[in-house]
Amino acid sequence: MNFSEMTEKYYRTDKLPHIWCPGCGHGTLLNTVVRAIDKLGLNKDEVCIVSGIGCSSRAPGYLDFNTLHTTHGRALAFATGIKHANPNLHVIVITGDGDASAIGGNHLIHAARRNIDITTICFNNNIYGMTGGQYSPTTPTGDFGTTAPYGNTDSTFDLCNLVQGAGATYVARGTAYHAQAMEKLVVNAISNKGFSFVEGLSLCPTYYGRKNKKGDAVKMHEFLKDNCIDKKVVDKKPEMGENKIIIGEMYNNPKPEYTENYKVVIDKFQK
Amino acid sequence: MAKNKKSLVLNVESCKGCNICIAFCPKKVLELKNDKCVIARPDDCINCGMCELRCPDNAIYLVGGNKDE
Repeated sequence: MNFSEMTEKYYRTDKLPHIWCPGCGHGTLLNTVVRAIDKLGLNKDEVCIVSGIGCSSRAPGYLDFNTLHTTHGRALAFATGIKHANPNLHVIVITGDGDASAIGGNHLIHAARRNIDITTICFNNNIYGMTGGQYSPTTPTGDFGTTAPYGNTDSTFDLCNLVQGAGATYVARGTAYHAQAMEKLVVNAISNKGFSFVEGLSLCPTYYGRKNKKGDAVKMHEFLKDNCIDKKVVDKKPEMGENKIIIGEMYNNPKPEYTENYKVVIDKFQK
Repeated sequence: MAKNKKSLVLNVESCKGCNICIAFCPKKVLELKNDKCVIARPDDCINCGMCELRCPDNAIYLVGGNKDE
């Protein structure tokens, strides 16, 4: 098989093609992360990609960095350990909506509260894809899943608001359709010294799309194209944001970072 | 053909036939045949890179071209 220069450089090409379904947004989002790392010119040995369990969490297996595939929801807990052991590493967590906000919800809010220098990229496909289409905390109210055959009655997590409220210093939302914008958000997130969270709206044509009659992958891309609006536009004209998904940079306010604060304490006792 | 033009390469083994590159190509260069993408009209390609940007499977990409020329 032949691949582009970028793919040859950053992917474990012997593991490709990946297991994701045809049209899955995760492949597109993973490419935005790879391009962002390339743009920043990071040394491959100084990057560590960590993931939990789920469709999204298959990603590190295909990437040629230091990678770790951990237990369900605990990617941020492992990443916290890695960051403490070697604060010079760029620790990037690739997680899914269920992995980050349901099973690993506690780890997510506490990593954000501590403002530890970890970049979390959440591939949000609104459903548990790997286990067969159960509804997740981000499945919109009223939508269907295999465990919500009459419609989901739960309210939905707004992941960006949740993480911002918990204390993250960089919060943004991108989509698989707006791939170039997503790439810039990931660049900013990795550059931020502190907890950064980027929610990448993905698409699941196999489960979420089929259960909710959203059409094929192309239709779902067009849905993202038609229903997303940049925060900068909404800030100027709030009426344009009605019934739309707001994307772009949500919050950027640097604060002292956790491992640096921790080092101050360690140094105090080593004198 | 412009001197800096890149050429389009398709890795058929990686293609899953999701139709995304075909739908978002502004010049309709690509077509779906037997559930796989084919480069039907390579001369119409304007090197915009939208197919490479959106392909979830890294199956289609541009090569060549020199920015310094």
